Amino acid sequence: MLPGDFITTSPLRLQDNVVLDGKRIISTTIGLSDVSTDNVRVISLTGIYIPKIDDLVIGRIEYIFGNSWFADINSCYQGMLLGQDVFGRGSYPTNSEMKNRLGKGDIILAKIANFDRQREPLISIADKNLGKIDSGELIKISPSKIPRLIGKQGSMIQTIEGSTNATITVGQNGLIIVSCDETNGLLKALTAIRMIDEQAHIINLTDKVKKMLESNGV
Amino acid sequence: MGGREANVVLLDENGIRSDGRKVNETRKVTIKAGVLKNASGSAYIEFGGNKILAGVFGPRDVHPKHMSNPDTGILRVRYHMEPFSVSERKKPAPSRREIEISKVITEALRPAVMLEKFPRTALDVYLEVLQADGGTRCAALDAASVAIADAGIPMRDLVCSCAAGKAADTIILDVNNEEDQAGQADMPIGYMPNLGKITLLQLDGVLTVDEYKKCIELGLEGCKQVYEIQKNALREKYFSDGDNN
Repeated sequence: MLPGDFITTSPLRLQDNVVLDGKRIISTTIGLSDVSTDNVRVISLTGIYIPKIDDLVIGRIEYIFGNSWFADINSCYQGMLLGQDVFGRGSYPTNSEMKNRLGKGDIILAKIANFDRQREPLISIADKNLGKIDSGELIKISPSKIPRLIGKQGSMIQTIEGSTNATITVGQNGLIIVSCDETNGLLKALTAIRMIDEQAHIINLTDKVKKMLESNGV
Repeated sequence: MGGREANVVLLDENGIRSDGRKVNETRKVTIKAGVLKNASGSAYIEFGGNKILAGVFGPRDVHPKHMSNPDTGILRVRYHMEPFSVSERKKPAPSRREIEISKVITEALRPAVMLEKFPRTALDVYLEVLQADGGTRCAALDAASVAIADAGIPMRDLVCSCAAGKAADTIILDVNNEEDQAGQADMPIGYMPNLGKITLLQLDGVLTVDEYKKCIELGLEGCKQVYEIQKNALREKYFSDGDNN
């Protein structure tokens, strides 16, 4: 599907990347159409990350302004992390306290807590496993390839993790943290992720990745 | 772009134009999508002798901040001709003509791009004309549209564009540089083929009502031809392994 391409005329519920023109449903982006019994959508093959509530994202703290941190979450908007979210409700941390907790350039794993058209997306690190990330290799791929990296019910990511002993933390915004104790495993995991980014449209990608992981060379 | 040349034969007795084309034939068009790594989306077009590179950034933060719109994103287009794009060096500063073309291209793209999905952001489109041969605004619009689609920005339709005009008292498709200089009329058209809407229509010259209608009809034919090439360029980048749908 390309922008403007006609998908169907049947009265289905519109989901992502489709628009209604009279009675015709047309695609608004480059992608693959997915028409099911009651809804229609186009799975985008390109584009930037648009925050969605409850998405896990990896961000980098850019600056502190007032009572909040602002983080680059690889989107057109900056993630806003409130001081109260970290220090507890009703607290008013000073600038230096905030700086000590999370400084500029720190990498965090966060959840999109709220997003509407009016304000910057609110992110939160108040949950287990969320918060500052101290170690690992940061790698960036196209956000539209993330579903492919995860695979059906996590099959792709399990394949990579299983054969390299690496731990992969995936942010929906296209940033990924890979940590592994063995250098060889780390390199292999990184190669696999880059391979998925470049060849996401190939059908038997899982087999191809498996083959690459099983071979000895990187 | 240069003076008017009176001694060019624009149309010979066999109906063949100065560059060997028929009256209803466009120049050779090739488009390649995704040629630049650092831009969000990009395209390169060769439209006859025109060579244009388009790069898209965004949606991204608006600077200066006061230009941002809380209801919708804003579209900014810069059309720029390189100093070496024409036979005599062009000063690199934006000229009156370039500012005008930037404006008309912005307005031609705006109905297609769904900016309302990205409030408080800007979409920047940079169009660099590397070589000019008449009809650069149409070619630049074609490239811009492909580059925006390549960037993954939601669009209602692609915008395709082609000029029609009048030279040697005949309505012709895709006016080249000589025909533009020595001809009688030049009409660039921007068109959204699936929605059937015209987004750009300019006319330089004088036409009768009949000629005008014929000119639009011919121009839209040209647009549709360009549209197929635009689609192929995007397909080649995204669906080239037979994984077509």
